Amino acid sequence: MSELTLTVMRLGFLAVLWLFVIVAVQVIRSDLFGTRVTQRGSRREAARPQQPGRQQARQQAAPPQQRGQQGGGRRGRNAPTKLVVTEGTLTGTTVALQGQTITLGRAHDSTIVLDDDYASSRHARIYPDRDGQWIIEDLGSTNGTYLDRSRLTTPTPIPLGAPIRIGKTAIELRK
Amino acid sequence: MSSTTNSPTHHTSTIGAIGAPSRRNTELALLVFAVVIPVFAYANVGLALDGQVPSGLLSYGLGLGLLAGVAHLAVRKFAPYADPLLLPLATLLNGLGLVCIWRLDQSKLLQSLPNFVTAAPRQLLYTALGIALFVVVLIFLKDHRVLQRYTYISMFCALVLLILPLVPGLGANIYGAKIWIRIPGLGSLQPGEFAKIVLAVFFAGYLMVKRDALALASRRFMGLYLPRGRDLGPILVVWAISILILVFETDLGTSLLFFGMFVIMLYVATERTSWIVFGLLMSAAGAVGVASFEPHIQTRVQAWLDPMREYQLSRSGANDGILHSEQAMQALWAFGSGGTLGTGWGQGHSDLIRFAANSDFILATFGEELGLAGVMAILLIYGLIVERGVRTALAARDPFGKLLAIGLSGAFALQVFVVAGGVMGLIPLTGMTMPFLAYGGSSVLANWALIGILIRISDTARRPAPTPAGNPDAEMTQVVRPS
Repeated sequence: MSELTLTVMRLGFLAVLWLFVIVAVQVIRSDLFGTRVTQRGSRREAARPQQPGRQQARQQAAPPQQRGQQGGGRRGRNAPTKLVVTEGTLTGTTVALQGQTITLGRAHDSTIVLDDDYASSRHARIYPDRDGQWIIEDLGSTNGTYLDRSRLTTPTPIPLGAPIRIGKTAIELRK
Repeated sequence: MSSTTNSPTHHTSTIGAIGAPSRRNTELALLVFAVVIPVFAYANVGLALDGQVPSGLLSYGLGLGLLAGVAHLAVRKFAPYADPLLLPLATLLNGLGLVCIWRLDQSKLLQSLPNFVTAAPRQLLYTALGIALFVVVLIFLKDHRVLQRYTYISMFCALVLLILPLVPGLGANIYGAKIWIRIPGLGSLQPGEFAKIVLAVFFAGYLMVKRDALALASRRFMGLYLPRGRDLGPILVVWAISILILVFETDLGTSLLFFGMFVIMLYVATERTSWIVFGLLMSAAGAVGVASFEPHIQTRVQAWLDPMREYQLSRSGANDGILHSEQAMQALWAFGSGGTLGTGWGQGHSDLIRFAANSDFILATFGEELGLAGVMAILLIYGLIVERGVRTALAARDPFGKLLAIGLSGAFALQVFVVAGGVMGLIPLTGMTMPFLAYGGSSVLANWALIGILIRISDTARRPAPTPAGNPDAEMTQVVRPS
């Protein structure tokens, strides 16, 4: 067997071995971020995370306005893409906005679980309306939700960068 | 429970098995890949050694493919939601191990040794038995929580398995370590490999019950949580047992494995860092203490600290009553001559390690023939198996499953670390086998059983809507209302 063939085989084998490792890592990656959007019955779409417990809770809270939202962030140039916690114990936490409803509160199945005596267990929720505008709605909390120092009474569109305050926590939407 | 959820608005969405992908096709694709790679390696060895494709290529490829296919069908049938990576990764390692063992069988030098046996056909047989055991685990272990019932029985079984090699007439002292039992007519068996799994079951069951006592009833002292004396009992007992293994069976690896596994599970169960500190201190103290009077361990430590000196002593035939080993140095040379990209399949000289070249030192062969690049890939594959195990533990809903999965993957990781570290000169050499790669029936059987249990737990963990177990009345009960 010629030296050249053996060298090619040797390098080829290493390449194939590493290819396998890379493919395996890709499978893990798709396993981690593989949220699936499934249409059912009333054409409603819901992101499906892996944990069914949370998934169920989120879907229960999902408003009808989600209809027609395409999962990704293709809603126009000025659409916010993430929600950032700027004050409070969860400072620095970000949640990607992908057309799903975000619930806030002390309840364990909330998207953002607030560890705050001033927060109600189901305090507020943030959801996109038909045009992709993000809306915050107070869910009858005890101490109220504040958008830029004014207490919310009705579902209100959230401007980019405006602080939403719940107890000691402040969050805002960012691009 | 068809799990229909009525959202507050009048939209109905079904959360059921439809949503979660079972990923069996991904597994099949990866499995085909994992069979093709060893076949490629096999052809490569033949071409390098004899200049022609080995005659057994077709039968070998078909054999491995058939075994992998059977395992895949069993997973498809009995654990449809299981992790898609565990089976292909294990199959690839097993296949590469087979190729490497076959490659060492072709060595003229090893064939000239007095106790030479062609190992590859046997290893293929062990692999078949291992896959059979894997399938049996999947069929009969419908729910891993069943194992919880056998907590204390498994403790007893593990102790018996560990003591067996010491029973006179049954145990066999091979190269200074008494970890084997001889079964007349069948060959020898390494019960420690199976004890690993059984002990993980015991630890998981025990810690699930006792973890609150261990975690909460403690005093704070210098930033560490010190457990109460009576809670410290079990860890002391396990420590004592592992030290006793070390003393009577002179098996450093197994004792490290068991104690390490216990500390890992204790840490996961209680979330107390102090256990890790205690564990490290205790194992260090135990190892140093035993090494100070056990000559076999002393030799190993000597060979680790100064492998060149051991090599020369062994070569010059130093007659000081201690069995000197030249293997540690030879393994390092094998790694060194491999370099970054290796010499290529069949072109190394790792057969110079002579005996144990295909078992304890198989990684040195890989190091020489595949180089750093190949060994890194293999270590990454081990890492991925461990990662999938830990992932399974994270996803598992019941504490017993969590602990069992973390214990099994922890034991697997520790074993890889102990063997690879030993061969590469990071820690003293121990007589343990590289899971799936090395020649040895017990190791292959036990590790396939381990993968089977992990697959069972991951199937339960990833199953989308959990069927309410243990509550069969729910469906039967009919409420009859007077109308």
